[in-house]
Order: sequence, then C-alpha cells, then structure tokens
Amino acid sequence: MPTPAGTLYRGREGMWSWVAHRVTGVLIFFFLLVHVLDTALVRVSPEAYNAVIGTYQTPIMGLGEAGLVAAIVFHAFNGVRVVLVDFWAKGPKYQKTMLWVVVGLFVVTMAGFLPRHLMNVFGGGH
Amino acid sequence: MAQATSQVTVDAPRSPYDRRKTTRGNFELYSWVFMRASGVVLLVLIFGHLWMNLMVGEGVHAIDFGFVAGKWASPLWQVWDLLMLWLAMIHGTNGVRTIINDYAQRDGTRMVLKGLLYLAFVVVVVLGTLVIFTFDPCPTDAPADLLASFCSAN
Repeated sequence: MPTPAGTLYRGREGMWSWVAHRVTGVLIFFFLLVHVLDTALVRVSPEAYNAVIGTYQTPIMGLGEAGLVAAIVFHAFNGVRVVLVDFWAKGPKYQKTMLWVVVGLFVVTMAGFLPRHLMNVFGGGH
Repeated sequence: MAQATSQVTVDAPRSPYDRRKTTRGNFELYSWVFMRASGVVLLVLIFGHLWMNLMVGEGVHAIDFGFVAGKWASPLWQVWDLLMLWLAMIHGTNGVRTIINDYAQRDGTRMVLKGLLYLAFVVVVVLGTLVIFTFDPCPTDAPADLLASFCSAN
C-alpha cells in the first residue's frame, strides 16, 4: 500500500522510535525492581548478597547485562531526542535526523562498552 | 406572544476564552514536565553508575559486599544512589502508568494493574531507602574476608 510521503506518522521512524522507547522503558523498569531487591540483600548478610550477585557474574547474565545496557543507552539518547522535539523550535523538523544521530551515538557507545564488558565477563575473572 | 424566558447566558464582550473547561487540574502537565526533567538527570546518574560498576577495574566481577560497603562509605555515592532510586522509580512508575492507561481498556483491569504498580513502587522505594540509610558496612558476625578492608583497619 503506497504511503503518502511526509504526511503519515504511523509506521515510520517516529512511530518505531516511540515503540522502542516504550519497550526499553518497561524492560528497564522491571530490571530496576529486581535490582533494588537484590541490592537489599546487603542488609541480610554479606554471604547472601555475594551469593546472588555471583549469579550476575555468569556468562549468560553477562549477555543479559549487555542487553540491559543497550536498552538503557537507547532509552537515554532517544529521551534526549524527545526533549529536543518538545522544547527546541526546530526539533519536530529534525526528528528523523535526530533519530539517526541517536542510532549513531548508540553504536559508538556500545562499541566502547561491549568489548570492555565482555572481556570482564568472559576473560579470566573469578 | 408569551414571553420566552431564555436561560442562555452570553459571555460579556472581550471576556477571555477559557481553554480548559475541566476541573481535572494540571497533573498530566506536571507529569509530562517531570518525565523530561528527571530523564535528563537520570541520564547523568545512571551513566555514572554504569561507569563505576561495569567499566572501571574488573567491572561486574569486582562487585561484592565489600564493593558496596566501599561505595556507601562515601556520602557522595549514598546521595547518588538515593537520588537515582527515587527519580528512577517515579520516572519508571509514571511511564508504566501511561502504558497501562493506553492499553488496559476495562476499568477494572486498569485499576488492578495500577494498584499493583503503586504497591510495587511503595515497597521498592521504602525498602531501597531503608537499605541505604541503615546499611552496616562491618557486621560483627560476618567473616572478615568478606568485608571491606576498612573494617579491620582498627
């Protein structure tokens, strides 16, 4: 079905960035609930905290952390884009361009984070 | 002719146009502003948190009870984590509230989901705040090798 260019918001960069913002936001929120609970174990005993945090240091959880950081980095950068769309006079005009800037910054940030993190997870360690 | 008692009220000339005809207050406006303001602060707080806990030193492998004790020995990280806890929980709860309002169509479903959400908010924020303020870095009954080095310093 042909889409008239420039008139429909639906199904284009604007909508998909909105969807991705929601999905990453919900993921981060549920992790946050779990993360406060696991940190609260420092009030139980050092052994209890170390046992649970030890499961965060396994390769599978290491990959999960990489995904979590990816979600946070996208949500953070796209959030700045949302602020600019709302408050900067030219924001709506450049919303698509700004999405590609967000994607570019995301790639650069993850390229800096992933090697370091994956080395910590898979290389040596405990 | 019978006189028609008309009840139509006509605004006085040049009276200001009342854009908002409801009595619902400005809650959603403040919520919209809060999401943007807290989002910018959270970007700094969470990137700093990730840097300290995942990038510096051995990253995630360095995290244990002693690591937490070392961080919370500094008021800076206590305030940092407390602010992060509160802002992230309000920001996240408000975001999920928006999503529930968007997708849960039945009144009952919406009420139950939001009830659970607000319950989770209160439990997590109260628990997290208590943990930060009542944390004991050197519990006397714990093995010394699990504790931060400053516990055995004197």
